[in-house]
Amino acid sequence: MAKTLNVLLAGFGGQGILFAGKTVAYAGLMDNKEISWLPSYGPEMRGGTCNCSVVISDEPIGSPLVTQPDVLFAMNLPSLDKFVNSVVPGGTILVDSSMIDKKVERTDVNVYYIDATRIADEQGLKGCAIIILIGKLFKEIGFCSKDALDAGIRKVIPAKKAAMLDLNLKALSIGMES
Amino acid sequence: MAEKVLMKGNEALAEAAIQCGCKHYFGYPITPQTEIAAYMSKRLPKEGGVFLQAESEVAAINMVLGATAAGVRSMTSSSSPGVSLKSEGVSYIAGSDLPALIINVQRGGPGLGGIQPSQSDYWQATKALGHGDFQLFVLAPSTIQEMVDFVPLAYEVGEKYRVPSMILSDGMLGQMMEPVEFPTKKDDAIAEKPWAANGHQNKREKNVINSLYIDPETLENLVKERYERYELIKENEQRAEEFMMEDAEYVVVAFGASSRVARSAIMQARAEGIKAGMIRPITLWPFPNKTIEKSIDSTKKYLCVEMNMGQMVDDVRLVVSGRKPVEFFGRTGGVIPTPAEVLGQIRALAGKEM
Repeated sequence: MAKTLNVLLAGFGGQGILFAGKTVAYAGLMDNKEISWLPSYGPEMRGGTCNCSVVISDEPIGSPLVTQPDVLFAMNLPSLDKFVNSVVPGGTILVDSSMIDKKVERTDVNVYYIDATRIADEQGLKGCAIIILIGKLFKEIGFCSKDALDAGIRKVIPAKKAAMLDLNLKALSIGMES
Repeated sequence: MAEKVLMKGNEALAEAAIQCGCKHYFGYPITPQTEIAAYMSKRLPKEGGVFLQAESEVAAINMVLGATAAGVRSMTSSSSPGVSLKSEGVSYIAGSDLPALIINVQRGGPGLGGIQPSQSDYWQATKALGHGDFQLFVLAPSTIQEMVDFVPLAYEVGEKYRVPSMILSDGMLGQMMEPVEFPTKKDDAIAEKPWAANGHQNKREKNVINSLYIDPETLENLVKERYERYELIKENEQRAEEFMMEDAEYVVVAFGASSRVARSAIMQARAEGIKAGMIRPITLWPFPNKTIEKSIDSTKKYLCVEMNMGQMVDDVRLVVSGRKPVEFFGRTGGVIPTPAEVLGQIRALAGKEM
């Protein structure tokens, strides 16, 4: 794994983009890495476009704004179209194929298509599609340790919403097995 | 030190203020600083403090004037257009020789501008946040940890010299999260304030907090006395970070958010064999001219990188005084420069255009 991992998560507001970014960031933190998390902010809200930059690094982080991602989570077509060409050669793109029926034309990146939103809905994990993609990313590039990922997701879910933990852990394991 | 937690810059700053004994927060919502007010509204009442959403920014800053005149630690925060509204009150605070903590989480301007990060209030913060001869002590954090660490510094320096302090942040630092740790709570070390108008109970002369002086000589003498304190601040309170400066020939000068972008670019330039380094002003006023001065002999060229059209570059040029070239690169309006853009500028500076 590179010394610095630049992750960009993009989709609609309401798809858990910022939450998923926090999960990835906390997993890095649990591994004692330097991390940063930067949301897009603005008038966007549920249904609007939303994205989030996460950097995990062995070194202090300079710019927290990810412009050349090593990993792109594409949760809708506008996000894929907007960011597909910014991914570094050899990088990873995770596509929620329930939301995007287009294929990535680039051949210099690793693309994984997961029917995440449909799987999540069928398994009673509504809203956890992107967590399934985090599980898939973990399986493919092992961006953190398993313990850190588990600890990270426990950190992100507030005590008041403890019931959500099992759903998110289940979504992670579905992703890891797909 | 406690465990590291992930916090947004705005929330971390608010928590730091509470831990510093800030008991009174007055503000008015504006993006991208609203999380400060939201955090204060949740936490301050539980700490025995007062959170008050004022009817306007003007009201909020005058409430800060009242609270600080009574000798308690207070705070207000806003973003660029809101800070402009506060300028009258800030001038009154400075003219009354009061400390106060003012936060500006900058966004694009002028006017209502935009809501994305910017550094275009550098001139306002360092030259003229209001009418009259006065200065603020201005700190520019570049990490969430500094958003925390600079709060006690802003209070302590402000109280020591009786000047208002500003933390000049921006939308990027306000909105982003990084791991942060809070210093373990120390004993209440807040300085005595014998000047405070907090009730004399017939045991001492009354204290008067005032900024109106009709007699010109009296006013001139007061302003001159204040400027003697400013000289002490310039002498004692300059702060800057030097990054990869040991053998640097091409020196980037950048503060806050743009210094983070510059840091990434400098690492890449070093990997290409360019001897690049950075001076990062931490205090914007007093400007760290001592750090710039001692770099002049060994530097071939300077490059100021800012998220504005070129403001701090004036202060760099004042120190360098034509002895070396000082170039400028900036993006404005809420655009964050990319490390690749800054790297291109550093290459051009070093005569290695690619």
